[in-house]
Amino acid sequence: MSVALSTGQPTALSSKPTKKNWTGWIFVGPFIAVFVVVFIVPVAYSIYLSFYRDQLIGGNAFVGLANYQQALGDEKFWAALWRVALFFVVQVPVMLVLALVAALALDSARLHASSFFRIALFLPYAVPGVVAAMMWGFIYGDRFGLVGNINDLFGSTVLEPYAQQWLLASIGNINTWEFMGYNMLIFYAALRVIPLDIYEAAELDGAGAFRVITSIKLPALRPAIVVATIFSVIGSFQLFNEPNILRPLIPSSISTSFTPNMYAYNLSFQGQQYNYAATIAIIMGVLTAVIAYAVQLRGSRKDDR
Amino acid sequence: MTAIRPARRSLRQPKLDNRRPDQKRKSTLLTIVMGVFLIYSILPLVWLIINASKTQPNLFGSFGLWFSGPFALFENIGLTLTYNNGIFIQWFGNTLLYVVVGAGGATLLATAAGYGLAKFNFPGKRAVFAVVLGAIAVPGTALAVPTFLLFSQAGLTNTVWAIIIPSLISPFGLYLVWVYAIDAVPTELLEAARMDGSSELRTFFTISLRLLAPGIVTVLLFAIVATWNNYFLPLIMLSDPTLYPLTLGLNQWNAQATGAGADPIFNLVLTGALLTIVPIVIIFLVLQRYWQSGLGAGSVKQ
Amino acid sequence: MSSQHKRRVFTRSATLIMAAALIGTGLVACSSGDGGSTGGAASADAIDAALEKGGTITYWTWTPSAEAQVAAFEDAYPNVDVKLVDTAGAGDNNLKLQNAITAGSGAPDVVQLEYQSIPQFALPGSLVDLTDYGFGDLKDLYTPGPWNAVAGTGPIYGLPQDSGPMALFYNKDVFDEYGLDVPTTWEEYIAGAEKLKEEAPEKIYVNDTGDAGMATSLIWQAGGRPFSSEGTDVTIDLTDEGTQKWADTWGELIEKDLVGDIAGWTDEWFSALSDDTIATLTTGAWMPGVFEASAPDGSGKWRVAPMPTYDGGEAVNAENGGSAQVVVEQSKNKDLAAGFLRWLNSDEASIKVFLESGGFPGTVADLQSDEFKGYESEYFGGQKINEVLVAGAESVSTGWQYLPWQSYANSIYAETAGQAYLNKTDLTAALDDWAKANVKYGNEQGYTVK
Repeated sequence: MSVALSTGQPTALSSKPTKKNWTGWIFVGPFIAVFVVVFIVPVAYSIYLSFYRDQLIGGNAFVGLANYQQALGDEKFWAALWRVALFFVVQVPVMLVLALVAALALDSARLHASSFFRIALFLPYAVPGVVAAMMWGFIYGDRFGLVGNINDLFGSTVLEPYAQQWLLASIGNINTWEFMGYNMLIFYAALRVIPLDIYEAAELDGAGAFRVITSIKLPALRPAIVVATIFSVIGSFQLFNEPNILRPLIPSSISTSFTPNMYAYNLSFQGQQYNYAATIAIIMGVLTAVIAYAVQLRGSRKDDR
Repeated sequence: MTAIRPARRSLRQPKLDNRRPDQKRKSTLLTIVMGVFLIYSILPLVWLIINASKTQPNLFGSFGLWFSGPFALFENIGLTLTYNNGIFIQWFGNTLLYVVVGAGGATLLATAAGYGLAKFNFPGKRAVFAVVLGAIAVPGTALAVPTFLLFSQAGLTNTVWAIIIPSLISPFGLYLVWVYAIDAVPTELLEAARMDGSSELRTFFTISLRLLAPGIVTVLLFAIVATWNNYFLPLIMLSDPTLYPLTLGLNQWNAQATGAGADPIFNLVLTGALLTIVPIVIIFLVLQRYWQSGLGAGSVKQ
Repeated sequence: MSSQHKRRVFTRSATLIMAAALIGTGLVACSSGDGGSTGGAASADAIDAALEKGGTITYWTWTPSAEAQVAAFEDAYPNVDVKLVDTAGAGDNNLKLQNAITAGSGAPDVVQLEYQSIPQFALPGSLVDLTDYGFGDLKDLYTPGPWNAVAGTGPIYGLPQDSGPMALFYNKDVFDEYGLDVPTTWEEYIAGAEKLKEEAPEKIYVNDTGDAGMATSLIWQAGGRPFSSEGTDVTIDLTDEGTQKWADTWGELIEKDLVGDIAGWTDEWFSALSDDTIATLTTGAWMPGVFEASAPDGSGKWRVAPMPTYDGGEAVNAENGGSAQVVVEQSKNKDLAAGFLRWLNSDEASIKVFLESGGFPGTVADLQSDEFKGYESEYFGGQKINEVLVAGAESVSTGWQYLPWQSYANSIYAETAGQAYLNKTDLTAALDDWAKANVKYGNEQGYTVK
């Protein structure tokens, strides 16, 4: 698994393979110990839960794969899954492209006050997701929010963030706002470590700015893009905070099963159907892992040329 | 020991802009484009500041992006800090506790583990990495209920440990240190230290940690942000408001507007949100030198 | 190095064993909390003894007057220490309570529950039956509606804190400006809405984004009795005559686009109440307190009237909201908890504090008192609002039942029935979606639902 962020060449495990011994566990041990308690055990318990069904009347019973069968035939689940998949396919590229543009702009050394920009664009990441959703919820209000003010200015309903066709985009906007700066920094950092001699060589070859970007910077960014995409995949499929916070404002437009995570949450805490919720969560976890792994494979396949 | 010197110099690059041989004149167009990004990023925060300066009745009737009515920011701050016997300060203290112990602990664990993964070959290594990365893909909700049930068996729910223990795992931090350590701590250096008779732990504390410093600070910062902004797990684990972190407390104030006993204090919610963001921003500004070089995993070997 | 190494391995094994042990206990003991045995005879005397002896109990609530009430209680019974936890609202309150019950620990001794939520905790046995403590003697203190909500199925699960008989709140300024009459029938109500829309389309006569609580109360008022349960047999019939009457009325309002879409309990909504945007509001008698606290700028504009009827005849009413306090089965000090509860909702001193903060009583004595009825509300332009509200309390019709999972049902109202509000489509069909979803859920949970 050679993931390299510094240059295009795999450097990771290039040190001579040392003989295996247990020394490494001194360092890895504490992390793993807590990890077992905090992740492994709950996941195992979750899997266990998914094979049972505990009813309000009638108690607990082993049901085998019945929960999984139910999930696969559950149209609410598929609708939610489809929704986050759509979200992923649209929001992630938009956000990453914006982050890329910003990173390239920062790196080009042709900006006034670039360090000010760097900080300012990163600020949204420091805002708790809950607060961000709340703020945008206020802003989207068409009576007293900024959207309302703009609509009044233009005399009509130009902006309707809560309308059915725009709702997902409005949520996507909040997400993009929160994480664009963060991704920008990942890209920027990767750009910063490109060796100078490559640029010198390019200049000698007479390459213009655009050529420099496509032939040097973008390829160097590939590993960073892969990493950013993987984290965004996971983030999109786990979408929960933003729609959940907005829900009281527009209860008929955001259902309890708007995203798979919301579905699992409401199944657990509104409906006391923990077993089915665990099933949904496991299916989502497996799906997300598969897609993340696929992205990683695709991304690094081109590396090993 | 001399091998460190060149690597160190190239790790810290304060004036990064000078390196560029192709430094041309500044582009106004580019600056304008970035300006648009800037407005996009800052606008909601500006909105927050402006509206935190309004009184509760004034909040709704007024234009969102400009001040209105009496300038009540300091009054609001005072109210926020004293409302309900100063529970906001209690929440602030709680958040500090969770962050210092949780994020601090997470950084320690992730640093040690990332170092171990980068520099040692041990049985189960591949499995460890695969499992940890796979675990990030698991949705938080999958873990929430089982963790809750397990913790309540152990009598840990509604205690500070319910928040701290899960905060101790930062897979992203682990990954970051792992990648950083590969290049930042030269294996030859470790070999040399081993031959000198230094134990692994001693080497770690005296040599490697210093080399890993920017990476560690980066992990620490991200862990701080994550713990500071933690919302979902505390929501399920805590039922005693005196243990709430700031995010949960703000949520409670927000929810106070609903139902028969309604007592909306949106102005305090906004002011509280502002006060919640400020410390993080300060930390980032103060430590920016470190995390910016830390994110550039690996160094340039001249 | 090797001893360090050995220690690490040992620690790791210990952790794994502990984790395994945790799984073990989790697997075995995960069913819904089966409280420990209480032992001892529960009786009114037991309560008095416990109050004398003292102790500590935990009380979860979101009632604003709770702090003052607890203080008064601790003055009266100095040996008792009440730990008060503010749960901010019914939603979070129920969530935390449910979590604690599922986990088997962490639940309070006394907790506030909305009337509609009582069945879902009572049926699985999570609440204490207070009959043995002599609470049956308190029955006559309360009006029939609330008493029915805490004791209608036989066991007495709690004591009413307040009541919420419905009333029609209307903005007199808006009515005067546009020449609207106060509607006495639902037909007139619809006519009023149409008139306002013609004259001032930006104003809202009636506002509802799909509020399940309002819907169920209005169905109740219309004579509908869609839910009934007998043990674990549940019947759901949202097509009965009363429900149809309401669905036809509300459906007409929706299809003619007369219903506003501001989400309730948001800052937008409070502003709309204050600035003449919303003209009417049909809700429970506890609303005046909310008006005063949260929409102060609307002072002087609003008035209270009786609910419109369907046939222009005798007044028929329903309850909307209101809560009781209950004792949780998990409580380790049930006698003391019962004692606190009894004081909280039946002692004059406590009720006085509650009323002072704007609550609407569920006790007959307070409702009938001349002082109460004669109260002139400044917010409502000097109107003697309690006369109207008390009359409303007296005409609440009986026989209403909530579902054993009403919280869940309400949480899915918006995405089923609420779709009609959103898309301006047939309400009856949408109600059927809600019914179907409830039948499915009930059966999944082991009830027998038709």
